[in-house]
Amino acid sequence: MFEASGRSQPTKTGQQATPPISVEAGSDISVQANHSTILEVRNLETKFYTVDGVVNALNGISYSVGKGECLAIVGESGSGKTVGVLSILRLIQSPPGRIVGGTIDFNGTDLLKIDDRAMRKIRGGAISFIFQDPMTSLNPVMRIGAQITESILAHESLTRRQARAKAADLLAMVGIPTPAKRLNDYPHQFSGGMRQRVMIAMALSSSPQLIIADEPTTALDVTIQAQIVELIKKLQSELGTSVIWISHDLGVVARLADTVAVMYAGYIVEKAPVDDLYARPAHPYTIGLLNSLPRLDARDKTKLQAIGGLPPNLLGRLQGCPFVPRCRFSTDICRGEMPPLAEVAPGHAVACWHDRLTHGDARA
Amino acid sequence: MNDEVLVQVKDLKMHFPIRTGVLNRTVGAIKAVDGITFDIAKGETLGLVGESGCGKTTAGRSILQLYRPTAGEVAFRGNDLARQGPDSIRRARRHMQMIFQDPYASLNPHMRVGEIIARPLRVHGITKSRREEKEMVADLMAKVGLNVSFRDRFPHEFSGGQRQRIGIARALATSPDFIVCDEPISALDVSIQAQIINLLEQLREELGLTYLFIAHDLSMVRYISTRVGVMYLGKMMELTGSDELYQHPLHPYTKALLSAIPIPDPPLERQRQRILLEGDLPSPANPPPGCKFSTRCPFATDHCRTVEPEFREATPRHWVACHYAEALDGVTPGQAKGMTRQ
Repeated sequence: MFEASGRSQPTKTGQQATPPISVEAGSDISVQANHSTILEVRNLETKFYTVDGVVNALNGISYSVGKGECLAIVGESGSGKTVGVLSILRLIQSPPGRIVGGTIDFNGTDLLKIDDRAMRKIRGGAISFIFQDPMTSLNPVMRIGAQITESILAHESLTRRQARAKAADLLAMVGIPTPAKRLNDYPHQFSGGMRQRVMIAMALSSSPQLIIADEPTTALDVTIQAQIVELIKKLQSELGTSVIWISHDLGVVARLADTVAVMYAGYIVEKAPVDDLYARPAHPYTIGLLNSLPRLDARDKTKLQAIGGLPPNLLGRLQGCPFVPRCRFSTDICRGEMPPLAEVAPGHAVACWHDRLTHGDARA
Repeated sequence: MNDEVLVQVKDLKMHFPIRTGVLNRTVGAIKAVDGITFDIAKGETLGLVGESGCGKTTAGRSILQLYRPTAGEVAFRGNDLARQGPDSIRRARRHMQMIFQDPYASLNPHMRVGEIIARPLRVHGITKSRREEKEMVADLMAKVGLNVSFRDRFPHEFSGGQRQRIGIARALATSPDFIVCDEPISALDVSIQAQIINLLEQLREELGLTYLFIAHDLSMVRYISTRVGVMYLGKMMELTGSDELYQHPLHPYTKALLSAIPIPDPPLERQRQRILLEGDLPSPANPPPGCKFSTRCPFATDHCRTVEPEFREATPRHWVACHYAEALDGVTPGQAKGMTRQ
């Protein structure tokens, strides 16, 4: 699959020795073997042991990502969406953080069981990461060319010259004009949108199977955000890469995602195919989020329905559903026990004791 | 809303000098705001949108005389502030306040909430006694939905949304007529944004406030504003009623900006046509000649690149700065090739 994606870009590296036919046959086998799921996260649990007590950042989340699929993880700050993906790459700082339970199956390997060396090969290799702030994730005193070739050489045995040619090809692929010349520039010579393109080029340099993008457009203006979203969509369909897109922007997610997982207080509270989630949201929190957004295409002005209260404090023992203090449907059972994530429609799972009630309410 | 004009901005310019060398010589200027003209009627909310670096924040600050404008007029109730001295401006500030973007940076971390809200009362000599001050602070806290018993707490003990409420209470302390809201919700979580917007709306109705609402979130601006102005590189590109702007945009930049806003509706999103602008905002230190948008405009002609379009009333109450606003009505960028100069 690496080679398959390399083939579609005009690289002059000459390193694609594997004939394309065997690659496609290989990926077919893997499709049959594990139903094209490349990442399967089960009951992942991460805690931070701080001086103030235990922070329950991630309370057993499960999801899977298929080949070529875009999974969006939506949530507010502190909902655990970033901790969730950092846990996949084992990038949780320890101490105070620790992954205390669960499995992360990536193409048949449990990422929580392999040694650090093998993990380093996967990071920036088969799984690459695009961070939120392109300003702080590039080294300001290193030329762009050196930074991209560094990540290429870490995962591929090429000569410096070949790596540089590949770096220029990657910059061209993400739409940076005069790429060969721009390799000599420093990050400050690029605008915010261009820097995020450089980050995407670096993420693509290892022909990853999975790209994790943590709020990649939050720091950008809307017209630049639209450019980046279209670029990722295009690259994804051309290269068949899977994407986990973390965002708080339900608009961008509607444009990009195949599946959406909504997180609240370290739980996935709802998970559904994108159309289903927006048309029939079932969790009171999802319903609240969608109702609190003004729509650009709104015909008349209706008062925004804000979700009252504050996001929860994750410190200390949790009991029951964390959304209870802000939920208008909550009853005694909600306070006593956290509801399991259960399917209400094919592919649509909700963690709410009152999903039928809210389901009906949302339709009305 | 009535038609009484509260704030009148005429050809406002705010240039920041670029200095260099040992002699600190001025070698050029950043034209952050370069000649904008508009009125704000009493009781209305004027939205100001644009991308970062377009000058919207500078416009807000120079209207309040937090920067002394390079040129132009800012009349508040008919008095031109740009021509007045520091004392009379300070007196005028009682009637014009500001709510800042970052509720973490705009509150003094060493002051208790009660003191923060009371500060404008003392500065302007509004309250006569400590008791009166205490009552007013309690009143203001209740008005913005803060628990009065929190008056002795420090800002770090509050969440982002609560801090923004503190900022709003401080702005309301002097009973102003006019408030510049500079991106008041962009630092807040989605579920909290609607709370703050509803609070601002409620206060506007109760107290008869007038807002200049600066933001980059066009969906929220459409929701809260009576009229909306679109800025690009220090210039006003288009200004009209908020429904008119969203349903019938005339300027190619407005059209591109609107098409870039994602709508939380997946089937609709898949159908929508994006007008993708190429490239980035040019530097305001070295803006292009002619129309400022000509470097990224899919319709730009040689005429656009040499002659700057006038900001004119194309249809009643709909102002636009584009040579081809009428000709481009309903034209998509794909059809641009066949277009010729009028």
